[in-house]
Amino acid sequence: MCEDCGCGDPKLVSVEVHSSLLAANDHEAAHLRAHFLGDGVTAINLMGSPGSGKTALLEATARAWAGKFKLAAVSGDLATAHDAERLERAGIPSAAITTGTACHLDATMVDRAIHGTAVGEAVHAADFFFIENVGNLVCPAIYDLGQAANVVVLSVTEGEDKPLKYPVMFKAADLVVLTKVDLLPHLRGVSIAAIEDALARVMPKPVMIQVASTEDQGLDAWLAWLSARRDVVRAAPRLGAHEHVHVRGHAHPHPHPHR
Amino acid sequence: MHEASLVTALFDQVDRSIAPHPGAIVHRVFVRVGELAGVEPELLRLAYDTLREGRTCAGAAIELVSEPAEWQCRACALPIPRGEVLRCPRCEGEARLVRGGEVFLDRLELEVPDV
Ligand SMILES: Nc1nc2c(ncn2[C@@H]2O[C@H](COP(=O)(O)OP(=O)(O)O)[C@@H](O)[C@H]2O)c(=O)[nH]1
Ligand SMILES: [Mg+2]
Ligand SMILES: [Zn+2]
Repeated sequence: MCEDCGCGDPKLVSVEVHSSLLAANDHEAAHLRAHFLGDGVTAINLMGSPGSGKTALLEATARAWAGKFKLAAVSGDLATAHDAERLERAGIPSAAITTGTACHLDATMVDRAIHGTAVGEAVHAADFFFIENVGNLVCPAIYDLGQAANVVVLSVTEGEDKPLKYPVMFKAADLVVLTKVDLLPHLRGVSIAAIEDALARVMPKPVMIQVASTEDQGLDAWLAWLSARRDVVRAAPRLGAHEHVHVRGHAHPHPHPHR
Repeated sequence: MHEASLVTALFDQVDRSIAPHPGAIVHRVFVRVGELAGVEPELLRLAYDTLREGRTCAGAAIELVSEPAEWQCRACALPIPRGEVLRCPRCEGEARLVRGGEVFLDRLELEVPDV
């Protein structure tokens, strides 16, 4: 019986649904993940505030690994392609994803950026594919992009309580990279122990690595962490052709390789 | 604000859910929002009210139910209060979020036409 509008209609039925509002994104992300695993590509979703040092970390990674591993990247930005251009200059084949009003990347945006595009070819052949998310500590956290791991970049100037203020973001993190540690001598009062304590209250498995990207300091631990992730990805069983689901009635009328 | 894109996903799910009920009119939409789902209930409501025109939900009220976050030990199921270090004080096990991490379309109330 309808209590809302007083229409007295007896034919009001209740339909149970119980589905996540992120189901469509998760489905698309599963498709991306199947491609990444099939290609042996380690995909990393890099999140953090604007200016936390995401692009600088990737530039440092490119300097350290030039000629050793093949890298590719996409960079999400509300309006510009600056970060993708910086990454290209650093030697990482990259494309910009301009999101307009959206404050996050979703799986469909990543799929469009790498499906049948030049950077898509680079991703296909890469060891590591970095997805630099839109600078934001809230919105990107809930969108699965098919990544093998989530990395949150936090700079020493942002305040020790940021993990407590943005628990959803840090809960999703597999690793926190604390950047700009070269500035610590100038920041009296910033306590690494306080950051670690905050992380332990929001991250079930807190792992933090400290770097100074622009000074090429502390990168060894970061590179070792990435290499370990790559080992896990490459040990995962590869799917054969079309053993995975395609979304949006996507039956591959266009050619792209499935290994 | 990602609430707008979530509301669009919500409308699509409502359309799919009422497909087996031709001619149905949606009266109420029940959405459960976890404390750690990364969704601001008031922003979700605002996005819903702004975007529902012209959709199946145009005349439907949204009912938001908040779900508190609940952590417990992965190994021994001991509850771990929010704000505490996420490690089991009894067995050192890792914490697991058992509730409050997602945003769900729970249920719809439909008016179905006379047959
Ligand atoms: N001192 C110092 N500055 C850094 C470091 N990493 C990044 N920066 C600077 O911080 C600013 C923002 O960095 P950027 O990589 O663009 O941040 P993003 O918005 O997260 O991609 C730039 O001026 C960088 O040069 C670092 O390790 N040490
Ligand atoms: Mg950047
Ligand atoms: Zn325990």
